[in-house]
Amino acid sequence: MKDINTARTDFPILAREVNGKPLVYLDNAATMQKPQAVIDAVSRVYTDYNSNIHRGTHFLSNVCTGEFENAREKIQKFINARNSYEIIFTRGTTEAINLVANTFGDNFLSEDDEVIVSELEHHSNIVPWQLLRERKGIKLKVIPLNEDGELVLDEYYGMLNEKTRLVAVAHVSNALGTVNPVKEIIEAAHKMNAKVLIDGAQAVHHFPVDMRELDADFYVFSGHKLYGPTGIGVLYGKEELLNKMPPWHGGGEMIKNVTFEKTTYNELPFRFEAGTPDYAGAIGLGAAVDYLSSYSWEDIVGYEKELLDYATEKLSAIDGLKIYGTAEKKSGVVSFLVGKIHPYDMGVMLDKLGIAVRTGHHCAQPVMDRYGIPGTVRASFAIYNTKEEVDKLVDGIEKVKKIFG
Amino acid sequence: MTINEKQDEIIEEFSVFDDWMDKYAYLIEIGNSLEGFDEKNRVEQNLIEGCQSRVWLSAEMKDGKVYYTADSDAIITKGIVALLIRVLSGHTPDEILNSELYFIEKIGLKEHLSPTRSNGLVSMIKQMRMYALAFKHKLNG
Repeated sequence: MKDINTARTDFPILAREVNGKPLVYLDNAATMQKPQAVIDAVSRVYTDYNSNIHRGTHFLSNVCTGEFENAREKIQKFINARNSYEIIFTRGTTEAINLVANTFGDNFLSEDDEVIVSELEHHSNIVPWQLLRERKGIKLKVIPLNEDGELVLDEYYGMLNEKTRLVAVAHVSNALGTVNPVKEIIEAAHKMNAKVLIDGAQAVHHFPVDMRELDADFYVFSGHKLYGPTGIGVLYGKEELLNKMPPWHGGGEMIKNVTFEKTTYNELPFRFEAGTPDYAGAIGLGAAVDYLSSYSWEDIVGYEKELLDYATEKLSAIDGLKIYGTAEKKSGVVSFLVGKIHPYDMGVMLDKLGIAVRTGHHCAQPVMDRYGIPGTVRASFAIYNTKEEVDKLVDGIEKVKKIFG
Repeated sequence: MTINEKQDEIIEEFSVFDDWMDKYAYLIEIGNSLEGFDEKNRVEQNLIEGCQSRVWLSAEMKDGKVYYTADSDAIITKGIVALLIRVLSGHTPDEILNSELYFIEKIGLKEHLSPTRSNGLVSMIKQMRMYALAFKHKLNG
């Protein structure tokens, strides 16, 4: 296993400067930087064996197809899914959720059926269900948050009934960092025969997720938040469910046989991968999974916890700073406001100091409404961040405080 | 003063700062001293929503000239809003519609007009011109 303390050297971008200062990249919940291994893997596709997959009889097509399917198997192992064909490549988390809403949702849900989401969802896990509500007349219920930013489970249990068809919640909140008790959420939903979709975009790179243990019906995540390329993501779905779902997009690859009278659809996973997929992205994602697997989960979880605890402690000590999201179980993210300083003002000034944070509502407006704030400043961490960078953030905030008097 | 004379004056004022921190401190001062926004104008229809900061803009016409008042919840945005008002307020609709705004780039604040900033400023400039256009039609109509 590699030493987690040297991870930083694997990421070439971290050596650059921004505004004349060494880059302090603390916007990892928006997207991760890429290790050289991922950059090389994508580059190799185009320099060594680029060819369209599943089509050619020629040498390069076979190599490329092999690498693409190999990537699928890597991801299968990474999340401990039973079968590789339960891994559907999508453009990202958002597309994966929309796929489920449009296929599972449109075909198995009808008027007055209920979908449960939570107050801490990213807009990507709210809007597709609102669109489904417009199409099908379903009802949308929302699990509320307590003051710490944790889901109020009793409210959730009270919402479940025989009309509940799907529960769609985040594994980790992108705005607050709360780790939700998804195992309990799934178990309770299954008792009512409801299916569960877990948005794992902020989870899969922070701690191990195991499909067989979790028993989620759908689990979705993005490549670019997992040290992988942009434009590629994953929908995991249980075989028996995916098999019942009709295709979403029509086109090449997803068909078995096409005549103008009738088209028969291909089997899993190809049925859901119409058109030429982003095979370079998928292969890059496979390399990202390999890269992450070169460290032990114990080291990753331990290192990131230490970093988050250190940041929480140091930031809390700043006079006038308030942290939003104080759940007992958190991962990767600390969201805060300093006195009356607007998050945009803070973000602009920190950027001038070479510190990249995210400001605003983080595509989770209901969370901001819950606290009655316009947005927050969010620092989010990866295995390559250091305590020295947290110190720079703290110094930066103190400087900005002085400027705003 | 013409619109361009005002722009040149602002460029002159900002040229004394060679340090970004001093420049922003000045911008913040300008933002903090922006006054004249009537609370009754803080309504939904005057709101220009950016996902980072919000701007409220209203306008009226007096003696053939357009006068703007505005506010923002973020001070840096408010500073730029104040400069835009200083440049465009008190001019005829034609002057405003024919103007070319170059001062923001010249004083090194162009990044705030990038679409990724989503601070409402790009929409605000568009809205200022829309007001001018609306008043022009009113004058002619």
